[in-house]
Order: sequence, then structure tokens, then C-alpha cells
Amino acid sequence: MAEKKQLKRVDIIFTEECNFKQVLSEALQRSDDEIIQSLLDSGLRGRGGAGFPTGMKWKFTAQEEADERFIICNADEGEPGTFKDREILFKVPYKVFGGMAVGAKVIGAKEGYIYLRGEYKFLLDDLQKQLDDFHKLLDELGLDFRIHIVTGAGAYICGEESALFESMEGKRGEPRNKPPYPTINGYKGKPTVINNVETLVYALTICRLGAERFKSLGTNDSRGSKVFSISGDTPIPGIYELELGMTLENFVEEFGDGDTKSVQVGGAAGFCVPRKDFKDTIIGFEGVPTGGSMMLFNSSRSMYNVIHNYLEFFEEESCGQCTPCRVGCQQLLLGVEAVKRGDKPISYLDELLKLTETMKLTAKCGLGQSVANSFASIVDNFKEEMIY
Amino acid sequence: MSNTQQMVKELVDKHGNDRTNLMAILQGVIDRERSLNDEAITEIAREMDLSAAQVYGTASFYTFLDTQPRGEYVIRVCRTITCDMKGKREILHMLENLLKVNVGETTPDKKFTLLETNCLGWCHKGPAMLINDKAYTELTVEKVKDIITEIKHNS
Repeated sequence: MAEKKQLKRVDIIFTEECNFKQVLSEALQRSDDEIIQSLLDSGLRGRGGAGFPTGMKWKFTAQEEADERFIICNADEGEPGTFKDREILFKVPYKVFGGMAVGAKVIGAKEGYIYLRGEYKFLLDDLQKQLDDFHKLLDELGLDFRIHIVTGAGAYICGEESALFESMEGKRGEPRNKPPYPTINGYKGKPTVINNVETLVYALTICRLGAERFKSLGTNDSRGSKVFSISGDTPIPGIYELELGMTLENFVEEFGDGDTKSVQVGGAAGFCVPRKDFKDTIIGFEGVPTGGSMMLFNSSRSMYNVIHNYLEFFEEESCGQCTPCRVGCQQLLLGVEAVKRGDKPISYLDELLKLTETMKLTAKCGLGQSVANSFASIVDNFKEEMIY
Repeated sequence: MSNTQQMVKELVDKHGNDRTNLMAILQGVIDRERSLNDEAITEIAREMDLSAAQVYGTASFYTFLDTQPRGEYVIRVCRTITCDMKGKREILHMLENLLKVNVGETTPDKKFTLLETNCLGWCHKGPAMLINDKAYTELTVEKVKDIITEIKHNS
């Protein structure tokens, strides 16, 4: 039997910055171009799931002609199985503020916002206190920048960046057409950088440690480390910072309960990987990407119940704006129920798979487009469980 | 001036009447009243120079901006996959028995409303629920009994 390979634990995100003032002050003294270059060199990609290169986002926004620009921290962490941003905001909020301040300096923003999901409102008082202290620090360092915290109200779709802007503008959280992208037309129609909580902390860390140190972790396509939210059938659920680029097999050896049947990588919008594929699946942008959500299922779980639960989730969280997603999610849910009851033949699952393909092509935003990921990966790999 | 008018005016004075403050104002009403009635919506519209349809349109989009009457304590039990796997059903049954209501209902004394909700972000500590803004995790039926008894006792 091959020797068990211990995954590389990393401790960057949650380490206390003993001299935070100095770290921030040094970062703010660097030139904008230098900061952007070191983010580009580091290979840092967005940690919310989509993985857009952070340096590019900052660069594009800084280049836009505008009288006003914004930086927004997306703390609307709603993907099932994801809970790492809550922990970051609870333990090291000042690092998030610091990342925002550096970003604000680079793009020339005077105002920044944290969009905190309504489910995390209990964090608000403490965050606000720490923010007040941070503003005093900014005054000392002479940076004209203020952060405001706004809260969501229980809508998953507002984690989609353009829906988040709509929500901040006091409207229904319905995603916009893209392009134009936020770097050109974001909050209030102004060029906007919107980054995930974790991304902002890494951005600040890269300013301190340098691109090389970050780059030395991970793989070509997935540089650095990442905070994972691990739950489901595991003896050790929780939040772990791990080097990117591990195989799912190594992951399951460490976090599984010995009976892992499948792992849902990237939440309900992600992919369900069955045991036979653990060996060949890499966690990262070259394999299966994740915003951090890793949910393990053992052989006692019905994969029908899993997909049914996801579909109920999507059906309710679909904003209803575009037909492929609104009607598609409903029909998928009704469809799997009908097959399970025996009211529809097994071949009906193929019709449903075609429907998810259509949704992938025609839905307006990532929600409707990504239902195909979990649906196809569960239905294809666990067909017998859909029927019996 | 009615109580609702007074409350809305205070909130609009505090946050400002620009539409970007609408969410904060709606949440302000929820914090105090637990739901948005027609009077609150039309009053917000008037104070912010919006149409009632615009205000209602925004409010009705968000799960936590309830437009149905709610109790003083709104309980939202997480129904998403990991909490479901870790025994959400028993928690919900216990709450239904303790409060003598079904999911979606409010107790006759207007004290509790029992709801289900989507992922609360406590998957590693499921089952989880929110009571108003407070999160309760790693629930057991005994824990739920204690929590409800304590709330009843304190109020």
C-alpha cells in the first residue's frame, strides 16, 4: 500500500500580523504599477470560485477614465458548503480591510463597501468596531479612503457580482447582462473592483511576502494556497488552508471517513466527483475548481436526495428573471421526482440532461448555467440511485 | 403621525433618502417589526420619492425582507444538504412540537414564526438555525428545547 501523503497545510490567511500598521504602510508606499505587477506575477486568481486574475481586475479598473471608482468586498458567501469567509471576517477582518485599502489606492477609490450576507449579520457589531479602528489607522497613514458595511437579506444570487451591485443600489438582486464587466460598469455604473474576502487578504499578503513566495505554492494554473470549507461525512469538518493542486484521492485520504462515495467540489454549483475519479481529479483551475466548498458523501447517502436538495435550492434561489433558469430549475426538480416515482421512464433523465445543456447555453448568469455541473455529474455517475 | 410613519421617518433621516439606502431602511423596519406591512412600504416610498411598486419590488425579492406578518422571534432552520444530512428533520419536528405550528406558520401569540431557509454557512457545525440574527449550531433536540424554553422564560 502506498504511503499516505499528508497534504500541505499552509498558514497565511489566519496568522496574526504582529505589526499590521507597518505591513499596510509599506504596501501603501509601493507604486501602483509595482503592486499590480506583483499580483500578476503571483498568479493570484479570485478565491470566490470564478478564478479571474486579481491583478488584471485591478489593472483594468485603474485604467478606466472615471470621476469615481469603487472597491467592493464580496462577503455574500452563499454557496452551499462554503463558510470560510465568515471565519476570515471573524478572525482577521483587519486583513480584509487592509487588502481593500491597498486596492483602493491602486485604482483610486475613495469609498469601499463590504457586502455582508444577511445570514452573517451577527458579525456586524464587531466588524464595525474594528472598522472604526482601521479608519483611524488610515488617517494616520494619510489614505483618503472609507469602508462601509452593507448587509444582504437572504438572496444567494446576490453573490453574483452584478446582482450584488443591483442590491446595493436598492433594487431586486437580478444579474445584469455582461459585458460590460464591473471593471468598466459596476456599482452605480462606475468602474468597480469586486473581490472575494479571501482574495483581498491574499492580495495584501502578496504585497508583504512578495509574488515569489506565493507562487512557490500550488501549480502552474493554480498558484498559492486556498482556504477550504470541509463538511459532510468527515470526522474532521472545518476550515483548512491547503496548498492548491492536490488530487482528490489525497484529499479524501486525509478528510474522508474511510467510506467516501463522492465529493461535491465547489458547492451545489460545482461538480460531484465519484470515487472512481478521485485519483485523476486535481483540485484547482486545471481540474475541478472550487470557491472552497468540499462536501463529502459516504455510501450511506442517497445521491438522489443530494441532487433533490440542490434542485430545491436552485429552484428557490433562481432570481426568476430569465426563463431558462426559472423554468429549467422547476422542471428539473419535477423531472427527477417523476422518474423516482416511476411516472416517467429512465430515458427521461436524458431529456433532463439536454435541458441542463440548454440552460448552460442560454441562462443569463452563472446560477442557471452551472446547474448543469452538479446535475450531470450526479445523474451520469449515479443513475441507478435516481431510479431505485 | 402614526408609529409606522414615525419609524420610517427616523430610518430615512438616519440613512438618507437616496435609493442606495433602500435595503438598509427596509432592514431597519424588519429589525423592529419583523415584517413589512403595506403602510411601511407606502410610507418608505413617499419618504424616498419612489413608487410603492419599486419598494415592494425590492422587498419581495429578498427572503429576509418578509412581507407576511411574522412573530417576534423568527426561526429559520437550515435545510441545505449538510444540515439535512446531520439531522435537520428531527430539529424541525421538535420545533413544530414545541411551538405547535407547522413550518411557515406563526404561533397564535405572535411570539414565534417557524421557517426553513437555505444554506446558513455553518455546514461544518450542522444542523444550524437562525433566530432573528443569532446563529445556533450543532443542534440537538435537547438543545432546541433549552433554547426555546429560555426565550419563553426571558420574555
